[in-house]
Amino acid sequence: MSVTTLPSRGVALRQSNWIARLFDYKPFLIVMCLAPAIGLLTVFLTYPLGLGVWLAFTDTTIGQRGIYIGLENFQYLLKDSLWWNAVFYSVFYTGIATIGKFALGFWLALLLNNHFPLKSLLRAIVLLPWIVPTVLSALAFWWIYDPQFSIISYLLVDVLHIRSTNIDFLGTPWPARFSLIAANIWRGIPFVAISLLAGLQTISPSLYEAAMLDGATAWQRFRYITLPMMMPILAIVMTFSIIFTFTDFQLVYAITRGGPVNSTHLLATLAFQRGIAGGELGEGAAIAVSMIPFLVFATLFSYFGLARRKWQQGEAND
Amino acid sequence: MTDVAAQSTNAASATPDTMAWDSRARRVMMIYLPLACFVLILLFPFYWMAITAFKPNAELLNFKQHNPFWISSPTLAHIKHLLFDTAYPTWLKTTMFVAIGSTFLSLFASTLAAYAIERLRFRGSPYVGLGIYLAYLVPPSILFIPLATVIVQFGLFDSPMALILVYPTFLVPFCTWLLIGYFKSIPYELEECALVDGATRLQILRRITLPLAVPGLISAGIFSFTLSWNEFIYALAFIQSGANKTVPVAILTELVTGDVYQWGALMAGSLLGSLPVALFYSLFVDYYVSSLTGAVKE
Repeated sequence: MSVTTLPSRGVALRQSNWIARLFDYKPFLIVMCLAPAIGLLTVFLTYPLGLGVWLAFTDTTIGQRGIYIGLENFQYLLKDSLWWNAVFYSVFYTGIATIGKFALGFWLALLLNNHFPLKSLLRAIVLLPWIVPTVLSALAFWWIYDPQFSIISYLLVDVLHIRSTNIDFLGTPWPARFSLIAANIWRGIPFVAISLLAGLQTISPSLYEAAMLDGATAWQRFRYITLPMMMPILAIVMTFSIIFTFTDFQLVYAITRGGPVNSTHLLATLAFQRGIAGGELGEGAAIAVSMIPFLVFATLFSYFGLARRKWQQGEAND
Repeated sequence: MTDVAAQSTNAASATPDTMAWDSRARRVMMIYLPLACFVLILLFPFYWMAITAFKPNAELLNFKQHNPFWISSPTLAHIKHLLFDTAYPTWLKTTMFVAIGSTFLSLFASTLAAYAIERLRFRGSPYVGLGIYLAYLVPPSILFIPLATVIVQFGLFDSPMALILVYPTFLVPFCTWLLIGYFKSIPYELEECALVDGATRLQILRRITLPLAVPGLISAGIFSFTLSWNEFIYALAFIQSGANKTVPVAILTELVTGDVYQWGALMAGSLLGSLPVALFYSLFVDYYVSSLTGAVKE
């Protein structure tokens, strides 16, 4: 049996040798390896990004190719009070939610950095809000914010007797804005806390020991050791957080859909409403493109954070 | 300031008992109490979701006679309604199909890309890596409108295939960076040995690098699965027919009907929709934590 298989194996070897040698030719291999990733990203990310910018300068609607109309979409947006509302709320939402997330997340990270029993279990529980689909936890918040059967109103009115009437969480503009921000902070805390915890664990304990010998108070240790050492990772996590909070869509779409009276529209939900639901693709694309300056700003922030980290570690830029 | 501190430590050290108690009380106040509050707030929505899913409607909307925090007569009616009167099983199947498909596609693409960038080192490879990293910073919210037109051009509108092809745009950058970090930790000498022994590059990748990178592949895989399971905006924009919707979109668009919200069914749907990722998560907690923190540190 072995005699009969030998020659055919030799042929197979020689054939595969030819292919193998091609695959061992480094430039060919590099191209083959990068092709799937670069191909997918070019077709579904870079091309649409360019197309989006082009669409913003046209009057395309669903089912009809648009023509170039210059800056008309943007001129229209500048006069549109709804767009200004969305810009205001996007900035406000991002600002307040980022401050809340980082203050509470940093605090939680510091708490988790202590030694206590069941630490890993607790760390696992803490990450849960981030794992569960945002829309599904947003639905739970919608139910918690129900005008009639809100559990928070029940607690405040019937158990603690602090208020006499139910809170109208989502029916009026300002409470609705803050309710959404609270839900966003709730979802954002775990990511911030766990990322920052990883950063905290890299700080050498000897720094704290030295500071304690010098008589530094807990606040001084935090201010002069923890904070400066955490700056680089804080900058990166914050950039990601700002980018994805500013362009948030799911939470607002699930809970208020931009209402009441369009007071909680973010730029992304406004773009969806005009572009997909309303069919004005050109105008929706213009709204989406108007988010880009803010994102560029956040990315530059990240770049300088990274540069600073390399400088701190004394590494050459590679 | 320091004097006061010194005095207080002196006073405390004079009576060791009070100091021990003091430090324990302090620990409870400074660590355990805030931690308990955090855990309570972070978990409450899930508790509320779960308890609503099993509550009969009569109890659900009557806080006066029933304690809202507990169920006196649990029911499976909401879950039964969900599984037999709605297309929920189909949505679950579609979501599973999309999540698994896009996870494998992005794992395939990003393993090769990460290997090329990290191990085949060519001129410009850092720039390719940087380009892929920048792709991660492009949020779906600015892409979905032009992508919708691209999807229509490809004739993929309303098809789960569209989602499988589009999700890698945010999965590939993440996985590639995770795997680059992982490949870096594998000693290059192992590959050199294999090269000296006459192995081809692909053999090295398959027989040496990949088996050693299995933990990284698992991290990237479960992360991609979770992210594609949770994805919302593309699924909302590209899928129209009820049967092809993914769970998050379907619950919001198909189950929310009219003015009277069926909170029981909605919460049961949310609970069931969260269950697969939560289950996955409980099995692979450490991988999640390491990939999350690894990606940030990279």
